[in-house]
Amino acid sequence: MRHHLILRVVTKLLVGTIILFAFYVQFHGDFSPGGGFQAGVIMAVAFILYGVVFSLRKAQKVFPPWLVHKMVALGVLIYAGTGIVSLFLGYEYLDYGAFSPHHPEHGQHYGILIVELGVGITVTGVMVAVYYAFAARPPRISDEEW
Amino acid sequence: MLVVTAIAIVRMQRLFAIAMLSGVFSLLSALLFVVLDAVDVAFTEAAVGAGISTVLVLGTLALTSRVAKPSTHSPAIPLLVVLVTGATLMYGTLDMPNFGSADAPAQTHVSPDYLERSPHEIGVPNVVTAILASYRGYDTLGETAVVFTAGIGVLLLISGLHRRREDEDEEEESGES
Repeated sequence: MRHHLILRVVTKLLVGTIILFAFYVQFHGDFSPGGGFQAGVIMAVAFILYGVVFSLRKAQKVFPPWLVHKMVALGVLIYAGTGIVSLFLGYEYLDYGAFSPHHPEHGQHYGILIVELGVGITVTGVMVAVYYAFAARPPRISDEEW
Repeated sequence: MLVVTAIAIVRMQRLFAIAMLSGVFSLLSALLFVVLDAVDVAFTEAAVGAGISTVLVLGTLALTSRVAKPSTHSPAIPLLVVLVTGATLMYGTLDMPNFGSADAPAQTHVSPDYLERSPHEIGVPNVVTAILASYRGYDTLGETAVVFTAGIGVLLLISGLHRRREDEDEEEESGES
């Protein structure tokens, strides 16, 4: 898509904004609509947009596939690990009160934040990984064919 | 508008237009969810349905063909099945309480309990997040695991196969030389 000047300029403007919005949805999810899943998808959209408009190669340079694959597993580990930490602190599995014994509410808050972060990381990883998997297959078609 | 979009999708042969229209369909249903006050769901629908899945469908199109094959068998039986199923579902909605009525099961079963307990037990203003991540934490963990498994499956199916073929090519080349 070398000749789509407008698309490329608009994309450059948008990608940063989209990532910022993803972080907002991620960490503000307990006050406003949204959460890990939505944030992960929005974050992935930023990279996919970059990959679609520029090229897969450039997107993979910014966000290398090995990192994506690690993220897929890391998110689930963070989520499950949260539960195990609360087990070791003497509470039930995934009982976030463990993180702040004197203020269970605060503990819940931290717990939700961490767990949502895990969800977000996994979803971002999976979405980008699936996109990479599809886009990396050989047949490239020219713009005119559409 | 949803119905019009759906009919247009069914009538069309060009897959590129169909992919775009299914994005439109998702966006319209996201609007529907907003009207029903389910903002979290609408958010997801707009991002996943209209955004990512359209891109993925386009990616698949690039790998396969761009025009649907005209179907060879008659549409009578599928049409009958769809009509019967639709009629059954419509019949089912007759028994449902009116939208927003206070004595509907959705309003009387567990939700008042959650609404009452979450402000002082969790202290998070968005009750949906509180229920998802805390009360139903196990379910969300399972959900994340499902996403994880799905991603791994796609990776194994698509990129894994691709890599093995490359290896075979290399082996063939080295065998020839």
